[in-house]
Amino acid sequence: MSAVEDVVTEAPAVEAVPKRAMTLGLGTSLVVLVALLIVPLFVKNFIIFQLTMLLIYGLAVLALNILTGGSGQFSLGQSAFYAVGAYTSAILIEYTGMNYALTLPIAGLICFAFGFAFGQPALRLSGVYLALATFALATAMPQILKLGFFEHWTGGVQGLVVTKPDAPFGLPMSQDMWLYYFTLAITIGIYIASVNLLRSRSGRAFMAIRDNEIAASAMGVDVALYKTLAFGVSAGITGVAGGLGAIAVQFVAPDSYTILLAISLFLGMVVGGVGWLPGSFVGAAFIIFVPNIAEGISKGLSGAVFGVLLFLVIFLVPHGARQVAIVAQQLIGKLKK
Amino acid sequence: MELFTNQVLAGIATGAIYACMALAVVMIYQAIDHLNFAQGEMAMFSTFISWQLMQWGVPYWWAFLLTLAFSFAGGIAIERLLFKPLAKAPILTNVAGFIALYGIINSFAGLIWDFTIKQYPTPFGSSPFLGSQLISTHQAGMIGVTVLLLILLFLFFQYTRIGLAMRAAASLPESARLVGINTSWMIALGWGMAAAIGSIAGILIAPVVFLEPNMMLGVLIYGFAAAVLGGLTSPLGAVVGGFLVGIFENLAGTYIPGVGNELKLPIALALIITVLVVKPAGLFGRPIVKRV
Repeated sequence: MSAVEDVVTEAPAVEAVPKRAMTLGLGTSLVVLVALLIVPLFVKNFIIFQLTMLLIYGLAVLALNILTGGSGQFSLGQSAFYAVGAYTSAILIEYTGMNYALTLPIAGLICFAFGFAFGQPALRLSGVYLALATFALATAMPQILKLGFFEHWTGGVQGLVVTKPDAPFGLPMSQDMWLYYFTLAITIGIYIASVNLLRSRSGRAFMAIRDNEIAASAMGVDVALYKTLAFGVSAGITGVAGGLGAIAVQFVAPDSYTILLAISLFLGMVVGGVGWLPGSFVGAAFIIFVPNIAEGISKGLSGAVFGVLLFLVIFLVPHGARQVAIVAQQLIGKLKK
Repeated sequence: MELFTNQVLAGIATGAIYACMALAVVMIYQAIDHLNFAQGEMAMFSTFISWQLMQWGVPYWWAFLLTLAFSFAGGIAIERLLFKPLAKAPILTNVAGFIALYGIINSFAGLIWDFTIKQYPTPFGSSPFLGSQLISTHQAGMIGVTVLLLILLFLFFQYTRIGLAMRAAASLPESARLVGINTSWMIALGWGMAAAIGSIAGILIAPVVFLEPNMMLGVLIYGFAAAVLGGLTSPLGAVVGGFLVGIFENLAGTYIPGVGNELKLPIALALIITVLVVKPAGLFGRPIVKRV
């Protein structure tokens, strides 16, 4: 241990994204919304199910995006929060017979608390260390869920079966379609809330921390509070997504929530463009549909396809879908002239 | 008391695995300031190569040497092709790159050698070592190799010109460049050495955990835990950390009720977080001061 201490100017962990570049314009948003409302009327139940999963993973990626794109912290441990949310919903539905819709805010709150608590030790960490701690959390989670101590509630290795809700008020819809619209409503609510969060005072604090933590603290931002808050909000949204996921898949088991899920979510964020909220859903589409295609070519290939595509994104379009969208926008602008 | 000594001994034996892995982790961290999440997979792939060579009838030690050479070259190739262009990119991009590498290697190993568990030979034999029931000759050999590796690394970094150049490139890249050190190639060399050390770790671990594409996940987490405990900037710390983690794991399993094999990973998690919170620089690491 040398007497001379290293002095390092740290490069920001994440590239800065201007606040306005984080969302879609009003017109585009409306078009996307109408498309999301109409599409399920024309497709088969299985595709509706996949679209529901897309929205759910989109929410989880969005949560990670708030954490990383917003406050500049990493997490490779989102699968742990997702698992906690899923188990909370499943246990409440199956053991207390609670209405599925009511379990979601509880799942969100519990995950918020869990994330906030985990954010405390994470405060001391930045960059790779944080990635490391969350990576360890994600790998440990399935084993924690399998513990004999919790087995009475979690069903151990076998997991729990969740009943799928029927459409209420006698609406003439299949279960899948109802769940889709239910998920869509929640997704829109959370999306709008997230956009507003990032535009608020707290959002500006997140971004100041992302761009330069020490400068932010010098300007009076309570770094510790906002960093843990970002963790909490992110975990809370992930928890809601997890609860929805449990209802949609009708099943929770420890091995559905491995490090692979965390990696997928991380991948979705990078593909969608870090800090670009709508990109979360592009990323979610990527992580849902690409493995299917890859598995169709050869079993076990999805890891390689993921990896190769991820490298392509890093090298060719480092800003992910955001960059593609901007290029497309410019092209359309030129065509109009 | 006898139980205690036995458990410590057994802990040192498992700790040797983690020490090897931690050594590889620290090597790369020193060269590029990043943790390589694909380190375990790289080691796993090298181990499969050596297994394949032995299947083709190559004798053990030749396969060992060939694998070392292959890993060294492979590590350099990965750095030159994939990570050199990312040197100035934000940490996020680098982490994404490591994860991509993880997926690619894991998936290809599964494609080539499939996911069935394979036996892997040991050169040391597996009879009890010096009549002790807890530690086999293989484990004793593993400890020996780890310590030998550490001594060689120490000699390399302290007494060779190229070792000195690598240290210079890692601590003050600008000044190193001014005195004529090719810092970019020093990083590549660091990758190559880390890959080679990782392959030694893989080859030593494979007889214990058996050979399969996912064999390294748990070991990597423990390797990280060991590296963090020892301090990410110190090879000696990594090895000491590895042994300590092994001992801790065994003692926790013996004396804390309800802690069994199923808690292995949660213990590693708890350990990593505790160390990072209490002493972020680790036992032997240098503290780092930040400025705007």
